[in-house]
Amino acid sequence: MTEPRTTVPDDHPAHRPYRLHSHAPEVSASRARRFGTWYYAEHVLRSMRSYRWTLLASSVGTPVVYLVALGVGLATLVDRNSAAAFGGVGYLAFIAPALLASAAIMTAATEFTYPVMDGFKWRRVYYGPHASPLGTDQIVNGHVLAITLRLLASTAIYFVIIAAFGASPSPAGVLVVPVAVLTGLAFGLPLLAYAAGVEDDRGQFPLVMRFVVTPLFLFSGTFFPLETLPLFLRWIGWISPLWHGTELGRALTYGYELPGWLALVHGLVLVVLAVVGLHLARTVFARRLGR
Amino acid sequence: MWSLPRNAWQAAADGLRALPRSEPDLTYAGQVHPHSPGPPVISAQRLSKHYGEFRAVDGISFDVPAGEAFGLLGPNGAGKSTTMRMIGGVSQRTSGHLTIMGLDPEEHGPEVRAHLGVVPQQDNLDEELRVRDNLIVYGRYFGLPLSYLGPKADELLEFAQLTDKASAKVDALSGGMKRRLTIARSLINEPRILLLDEPTTGLDPQARHILWDRLFRLKEAGVTLILTTHYMDEAEQLCDRLVVVDKGQIMAEGSPAQLIRDHSTREVLELRFGSERNTTVAAELQGIGDRLEPLPDRVLIYARDGEAALEEVSARGLKPLTSLVRRSSLEDVFLRLTGRSLVD
Repeated sequence: MTEPRTTVPDDHPAHRPYRLHSHAPEVSASRARRFGTWYYAEHVLRSMRSYRWTLLASSVGTPVVYLVALGVGLATLVDRNSAAAFGGVGYLAFIAPALLASAAIMTAATEFTYPVMDGFKWRRVYYGPHASPLGTDQIVNGHVLAITLRLLASTAIYFVIIAAFGASPSPAGVLVVPVAVLTGLAFGLPLLAYAAGVEDDRGQFPLVMRFVVTPLFLFSGTFFPLETLPLFLRWIGWISPLWHGTELGRALTYGYELPGWLALVHGLVLVVLAVVGLHLARTVFARRLGR
Repeated sequence: MWSLPRNAWQAAADGLRALPRSEPDLTYAGQVHPHSPGPPVISAQRLSKHYGEFRAVDGISFDVPAGEAFGLLGPNGAGKSTTMRMIGGVSQRTSGHLTIMGLDPEEHGPEVRAHLGVVPQQDNLDEELRVRDNLIVYGRYFGLPLSYLGPKADELLEFAQLTDKASAKVDALSGGMKRRLTIARSLINEPRILLLDEPTTGLDPQARHILWDRLFRLKEAGVTLILTTHYMDEAEQLCDRLVVVDKGQIMAEGSPAQLIRDHSTREVLELRFGSERNTTVAAELQGIGDRLEPLPDRVLIYARDGEAALEEVSARGLKPLTSLVRRSSLEDVFLRLTGRSLVD
């Protein structure tokens, strides 16, 4: 055995198996204050890695299935019979922004329901970071940031497939991606606030899917212009983030005519829903975790 | 933190690599020697937490010096976990004062939590991550770089005897392994204060002993341990000093030996006469030993000399089904102070 060639005294902490030490608690705290949101997002993204192939398969599979069925099947029929009904564009171009936005909403609805229940109740994943230097706002923000990145990725893939089908003729079309992500958040963040308050699973989330998500999907001017509906049903579209996101998206992908003020209103509705939802979610998280 | 020249670190590391090593050395940089006098690392004064009318914690005060293993012993619902959550900076107090390393957790939450390692009562590991990744992800919350977290995670897995499970799914671990992983996780930031909320509840005896051994090593390394338990043997094994808590209040405080000395006799004679007769026979046992405690399943006689007390029982012509002479334990202290047993 060779003698250690040390130049430090025997009782010095350098005599550990590893050279590295944790930094001081003060450093942990200040880093957590600055980058805590990212640290939690990192955790969520890492756990997504364990089912990354499922995610990728559904991100590619869903748009392909929808676009083939509706674009090759239904659109051929619709275009043959009523070419003028959809503002002079093909049916596929008409529904593509709506499909994109509703996919974002579906993903957000999945990510902001059961995983939240899991975090509070089943596997109590939120309580780990809660005991660390992270604050509750950062846990919420981090979760939202990670899901936003996931929405961005899956929406971008969806858009590429839409473009490949020739369903986004306008050069501004790519901007529909952030609009769809915002639409997902406008629906998802209020839902996150609701899910964070759910103490017991008594089937609330399937009810949300059945009685909120599905009607919104069908009645938000998704498959036909909202004006086709009688006035007493049109309000569903007006309160639906999907309608606002879809209208904006259409203006971007095929130059659907939208007055500037109305575009602003659509954008504003989405932003307000997302911001209010995030704020509520932070309040509910702080109350529940800090009991 | 340490500003040694690079080559000094390198030399030290080279030297260490050459040394045979059986156990990872968890001696921390700049550690405080156990029981060194100094300002308390945790100080609670008239600490209270009320939920509406219910007083979960009702005006408790204690100080914990650096390096001490301090226990909160009490039955379920005594307010131990609530106290731990307040110390951990995750639950707001209703009134009173509380400082950790001189900081108020409500004003300096992240700073306080950065000092702590926390082992919660219920495991909250991320089961979608592998064993080793649970440690790394947790370390990131402290802003620790991956270059540190990699080797540190391996060191802690070795300490927790989970090296061969590093890439296993958390699902696949036994209860005791999950508990050890949670403890390993709590050490990722090399905390000097470790909060353990019922660390061994629900574990089998062997798993408990492994865990106690690991906790004892941390104590030897100078880590301040704050633990709650409703197991008296755990408190006796691990705690330098403890408080007996019931209904949100401190009933007694001291070292395990001192508490036994103050609130119980040296020995206890346990007699079983059958569940029908235990209470009726108590009258005939009056006068034997210092004190008599009839329980539904047995009669306890507190005496300096248990054998002598047993002889006296026989002399009175009483024939218990079983008899046992044992040393007094914290269970007896608790029984004396609250009139109830600790578990159930």
